[in-house]
Amino acid sequence: MERRSKTILRQKVAMPEAPALERRNGFQEVSLGYTPELAKVEADRCLLCKKPLCVPGCPVAIDIPGFIRQLSDGNLPAAYEILKRSNPLPAVCGRVCPQETQCEVKCVMGRKGEPVAIGRLERFVGDWGVAHGAAEEVEARLTGKKVAIVGSGPAGIACAQDLARAGVAVTIYEALHEVGGVLVYGIPPFRLPRKIVNQEIEGLKRLGVRIERNKVIGKIFTIEQLLHTKGFDAVFIGTGAGLPKFMGIPGEHLNGVMSANEFLTRVNLMHGYEKADTPIGMGDSVIVIGAGNTALDAARTALRMGAKEVTIVYRRTEKESPARLEELRHATEEGIQFCWLTQPVRLHGDVNGSVVAMECLRMELGEPDLSGRRSPRPVTGSEFRIQADTVIYALGTVANPIIARSTPCLKVNQQGYLEIDPQTQMTSIPGVFAGGDIVTGSATVILALGAGRRAAQGILQYLGLSREEERGEGHGLTMPAVSRAG
Amino acid sequence: MFLILKKEVFAPDTFLWEVAAPEIADAAEAGQFAMVRLKEGGERIPLTIADFDRERGTVTLVVKVVGRSTEEMATYSAGERFLDFIGPLGAPTQVKGKNHIVLVGGGLGVAPLYPILRSFKELGSGTTTILGFRTRNQIFWEERFRLLSNQLLVMTEDGSYGRHGTTIDALRFILSGEVPVDEVMTVGPIGMMQAVAEVTRPLKIPTFASMNSIMVDGIGMCGSCRITVEGKVLFACVDGPDMDAHKVDFEELKVRQNRFKKEEIASLKKYRGECALKKEGRIF
Ligand SMILES: Cc1cc2nc3c(=O)[nH]c(=O)nc-3n(C[C@H](O)[C@H](O)[C@H](O)COP(=O)(O)OP(=O)(O)OC[C@H]3O[C@@H](n4cnc5c(N)ncnc54)[C@H](O)[C@@H]3O)c2cc1C
Ligand SMILES: Cc1cc2nc3c(=O)[nH]c(=O)nc-3n(C[C@H](O)[C@H](O)[C@H](O)COP(=O)(O)OP(=O)(O)OC[C@H]3O[C@@H](n4cnc5c(N)ncnc54)[C@H](O)[C@@H]3O)c2cc1C
Ligand code: SF4
Ligand code: SF4
Ligand code: FES
Repeated sequence: MERRSKTILRQKVAMPEAPALERRNGFQEVSLGYTPELAKVEADRCLLCKKPLCVPGCPVAIDIPGFIRQLSDGNLPAAYEILKRSNPLPAVCGRVCPQETQCEVKCVMGRKGEPVAIGRLERFVGDWGVAHGAAEEVEARLTGKKVAIVGSGPAGIACAQDLARAGVAVTIYEALHEVGGVLVYGIPPFRLPRKIVNQEIEGLKRLGVRIERNKVIGKIFTIEQLLHTKGFDAVFIGTGAGLPKFMGIPGEHLNGVMSANEFLTRVNLMHGYEKADTPIGMGDSVIVIGAGNTALDAARTALRMGAKEVTIVYRRTEKESPARLEELRHATEEGIQFCWLTQPVRLHGDVNGSVVAMECLRMELGEPDLSGRRSPRPVTGSEFRIQADTVIYALGTVANPIIARSTPCLKVNQQGYLEIDPQTQMTSIPGVFAGGDIVTGSATVILALGAGRRAAQGILQYLGLSREEERGEGHGLTMPAVSRAG
Repeated sequence: MFLILKKEVFAPDTFLWEVAAPEIADAAEAGQFAMVRLKEGGERIPLTIADFDRERGTVTLVVKVVGRSTEEMATYSAGERFLDFIGPLGAPTQVKGKNHIVLVGGGLGVAPLYPILRSFKELGSGTTTILGFRTRNQIFWEERFRLLSNQLLVMTEDGSYGRHGTTIDALRFILSGEVPVDEVMTVGPIGMMQAVAEVTRPLKIPTFASMNSIMVDGIGMCGSCRITVEGKVLFACVDGPDMDAHKVDFEELKVRQNRFKKEEIASLKKYRGECALKKEGRIF
């Protein structure tokens, strides 16, 4: 089909945003989403390529031109249908996916201007689906098979959805009192409103998935008990990444020093943003160490919780920051300070054992090494101090040991992450599958979703339920296997 | 929701709950803990499993009122229900057959020693139990401990019952006696556990203490409960709660226990204010 008027817009249609000064005082969403009119204009920028370059950029190979075409034509149910076929959580991914380095970076429109805003369109259609309760109610014929899923993060959700659609009775065991993994305890509501996650969870329940909260597998039941006494035919482990890393510099034990996981958990999971009972322990001047998604979330959350000054400290430059450009821009607009090329070396405390300042070294970029990367090295004699009563570490995580310690035969790699067969996601124990951050280390929502779906196929095959005719229909089987992500 | 089957008040600030929780009772081992969340918006309160009965499907908690959440717990009666009960958490106490083990419990720390004592007894170890309280009316479970201990010493700081003195006095006395001691296990206030460690260190008696550092999730995700053990960061909720008492940095732990003092005091005040208003019928 030939389409498009003669004048194609070079730039993405901008997405309305709450004004920086207003939004930094609350937890309402920052990006407000397209109106139907804006979505239509943006959708019309897509060339509907016959051989779309964007699709291979998407880890779950969404039929991007397919859904955009339906959106252009005003057929939202069909657009939503196409998204859901590959991505269990479009409204979530449309918000948090690193689009600019995945689908959008490949889009042909990007050669002469900006790529199509695939993520924003996905969000628009996803929101439509969520608002219209469009989550399908499949009348799957029950197969009589039972599968237990450990962890209700993106990996678990994706796996549960595909299995339930295939007629498997699914029970999700979640350790915490809220369902959704990082989507509820990590990513703050101003980036991903709770309503969106909750409605997706409701969709899962409509598919017949049972969710048991407050059940820590490895403690209340072991994997072995799930298989042998609880009567599950297979188990999927999607327990996410685990314990926060610290640097090992003097003064880390001081009060006021905490991990981003702790800070975000106190605010998000324990509802500190609604002034619930759990204390936050944050003061007026906050330093966040690190510059990834987690660091930015912690910094912007600190601001919203009333911090007067928030500074991000990172040993490399803005260019190397793993955070999304949009997040960096939002943070800057909101008044967060950045100290690039800065390495913390020591924390100073007062007589009460509370942190009062951080001592740092300035860094400079050295000559490029063999890989062409210029790694930072300290400038001698450049010590300086930044005053702070709160220091938040966002340096990533290591594997949570609970499952591995309670499951003797489960193979883990040197870092403690689970070893799997990349085709089927099966672990070293037959019938036990795994995916998401517990396999790859901290990665992304979309990779966890992809892994969950691949595992669902692996499980169906293992249970003798995979239907040949579905093969290659974009039900996840065509998905590339993804192993460790950076 | 979880049903409180029984409530027993030991002292004005100390009470026991027996909770119907068959799955937790089934899985629990001595030395593990559980978390209580009373209601939406409530804290996750870590509490040691003071006893469990697999047949009856019950878990027992012994709680001391120290602040807002424990004060609110104290308002619940038998027959009432609370929102979330998560457990068992943490690693069980390493119970291996020993010739003779000494258990030292102070105040509230007495309760969690009970299942540990029972496990050692089941393996045929000889046991000396030292229980310390401030004063007579704080004492609980003396009879339960007496039944399972080869030797039981009850100490009160004011001498109002048992022997006059601290658990540390009693420990010194036992260690200077005839019976060789293979291991010491202690639960109680940080200062007491630290003192126990200092007594056994020169004698090179393996000593374990139960860490009660401040927790949020209790499943090894947040790092709130971290403590320094021989210069290494460990997490009380997954690596503990039991730790080698000769290696723990107790001074640091003491400081970290006061991390939220300001907020805790404010929260208690606010809670009491609300309770008063409720009583007066001004809020519902
Ligand atoms: C602050 C923050 C911001 C992020 N921002 C982004 C972003 O913008 N975009 C992006 O793509 N990615 C982002 N990520 C990464 C992304 O959230 C993760 O890669 C993704 O959530 C991994 O999914 P998962 O299902 O593997 O694990 P998780 O989401 O971690 O879920 C695991 C679940 O398992 C539960 N669990 C753990 N152990 C047990 C057990 N023993 N028994 C039962 N349940 C258990 C946990 O409680 C949890 O609910 C961010 C991460 C963080 C921390
Ligand atoms: C593994 C473990 C086992 C425990 N077992 C018992 C027990 O069997 N009986 C009992 O009475 N108490 C026990 N505690 C301590 C109990 O959790 C705290 O007393 C309780 O959380 C205090 O809450 P609050 O709101 O009443 O008091 P707050 O006013 O909030 O705090 C009073 C003091 O309690 C400590 N505390 C506060 N919050 C926490 C928290 N989230 N985690 C740990 N400590 C905290 C701090 O030192 C604080 O200064 C245990 C703690 C841990 C970590
Ligand atoms: S899921 Fe992510 S990568 Fe795939 S199309 Fe959507 S935004 Fe792009
Ligand atoms: S590459 Fe760009 S223009 Fe082509 S189909 Fe994909 S989004 Fe549309
Ligand atoms: S309480 Fe969060 S890691 Fe231990």
